[in-house]
Amino acid sequence: MSECMTAAVPDKPNPEMIIQVKELEHSYGDFKAVDGISFSVKKGEIFSFLGPNGAGKSTAINVLITLLSLQKGSATIAGFDVRRDAQKVRESIGIVFQDITLDRDMTVWEILEFHGKLYSMPFAVRRARIDELLQLVELESKRDTRTKYLSGGMKRRLEIARGLMTRPKVLFLDEPTIGLDPQTRMRMWEYIKGVNNEGTTIFLTTHYMDEADHLSDRISIIDQGRIIISGTSWELKNTLGRDNIYLETSDNAAALSLLEELPSVNGITQKARGFIVRINKDGTRLLPVIMEMLREKGISISTANLKKPSMDDVFVYYTGKEIRDEPAGKMITRDMQPRGR
Amino acid sequence: MNYGFANIYWRDMIRFFRFRTMVLSSLLQPALWLAFFGIAMSSSFDSLLGNVPVPPGIHPVGYLTFMAAGIIAMTTLFTSLFGGMIILFDKNWGLMREIMASPMPRNHMIIGIGLSGMTKSYIQAFIIMGFGILIGAGFFTGFDPVRIVLSILGILAFVGVFSLAFLFLSAGIAITLETPEGMQGVMTLLTMPIFFASNALYPLDAFPEFLKIISFYNPMTLLVDGIRYFAIGPDFVALGKYYHYTPGDIILAFSGLVIFAAIMFLFARWRFRTAVVT
Repeated sequence: MSECMTAAVPDKPNPEMIIQVKELEHSYGDFKAVDGISFSVKKGEIFSFLGPNGAGKSTAINVLITLLSLQKGSATIAGFDVRRDAQKVRESIGIVFQDITLDRDMTVWEILEFHGKLYSMPFAVRRARIDELLQLVELESKRDTRTKYLSGGMKRRLEIARGLMTRPKVLFLDEPTIGLDPQTRMRMWEYIKGVNNEGTTIFLTTHYMDEADHLSDRISIIDQGRIIISGTSWELKNTLGRDNIYLETSDNAAALSLLEELPSVNGITQKARGFIVRINKDGTRLLPVIMEMLREKGISISTANLKKPSMDDVFVYYTGKEIRDEPAGKMITRDMQPRGR
Repeated sequence: MNYGFANIYWRDMIRFFRFRTMVLSSLLQPALWLAFFGIAMSSSFDSLLGNVPVPPGIHPVGYLTFMAAGIIAMTTLFTSLFGGMIILFDKNWGLMREIMASPMPRNHMIIGIGLSGMTKSYIQAFIIMGFGILIGAGFFTGFDPVRIVLSILGILAFVGVFSLAFLFLSAGIAITLETPEGMQGVMTLLTMPIFFASNALYPLDAFPEFLKIISFYNPMTLLVDGIRYFAIGPDFVALGKYYHYTPGDIILAFSGLVIFAAIMFLFARWRFRTAVVT
């Protein structure tokens, strides 16, 4: 677990790591959108970039999927160098772009057929795959419907199906659930998890805390073009040292005075039947110590509850700002900004 | 062998035929030109020039016949120059990213768009020929069926190469432009001189010298020459002027168009290679 924290990128290609990025930089003129990021993604995991709009997530993803040139640093995907073997990289990945990129006047089937041909998939393989994927994303009944008549969630599902047409080693999802209602988002997460369970590595960017939290094996928080911290959501929360432990004991007053002496306790708040201990350490490790300590003094614990900080807390702690979910507002601002930043 | 271009072609044709107004307007526009401009102009020109003596053995053609060839060329020019617009829309709607991030070589995109635009020009050329003959254009008069078929093939060859050239040009410009308005502006700027500094609607002889030189090398003039040669014949009189084309002239004109198309392809290839679409 702890080696994930450092997010070290080895110099030699590591076959375990399906994406390896080192010191990646990308500028638009004077503006450094991506400012020297390094990370690696293990085969089979779901890895997220979590950051506010304009953090450089989309720029980073666009470099990795070869839409933007690699200006500085290095990146390999599935063992292929993004700069030298762009063609091989393209063949190894699937992409779901940030906003809907479906031709309104083409049918669901045509969208997938076109994509399969774009990747030179043989006829029989292509047709079999389309049937299979339409079943997976539950769009069989919409096969001959033009995409303009699909709901937002259906469009997104179709795009995921499209991204999976070529059985990619890595599926890139750029803000996969933006603008979708909560129920549809949950279903999208299920699809994404399902795809991941079948062995596809998933790299996603998101500015939704809960999305990163629920979906990812590991998260990198990215802000102003830099990775601020990486780890599992559990690890990120632990680094904050802001766990709350709620206890009800046989002798609250005695327990209180005992705990106040501990260096890892920041403060205690009394409640009607118990008290909350705010600690600056990983609560999962400290709680057993506390319980042991109280038991030794003859105080018995009737209730114990550990509350970890939320992903929002983690994010605010590391970036000093909050992300507000404003899907509608984001749509408007997108037009005013250069694409894909 | 990659058949990516066929895929691009397929998609573009689907979109063309689904977009009803586009099909309809692209078919009606040349017919309307012929019907209004053609009939109006030909009745006045023919009444003005009707009594100019014609050399013996040479067959005179009315203005409608003369300009119908020009209308085929004009329609091909407009359709092809605006054909790149689809690339601009693809780019602005984000559809281009799927293609740009795919392993398909970008050349195939250019060729696919070129071929679909060519198909549209062919459809229009047939409409104009059919409608033109219906309202009295003297196309293929006195030709035997074999010669008619060969002549149509000749016209298609000229129209095809010409439309490819301008589609490549248009695609090459569209890939780096940001707005449809900008595209519209550039295209209007290009259409004017190409169309009017050509022999599509009138003979070149009366032009001032510099315009004559421009018009002589204008691909539009080369196309119109080719169409007239195949549709009317190597010898005819129109607007009181004697036209004579040798097969050598026509081969030269066709070679000129092929070279022009090749250069335009290289231009488009260069623009596509350097284009960044995100």
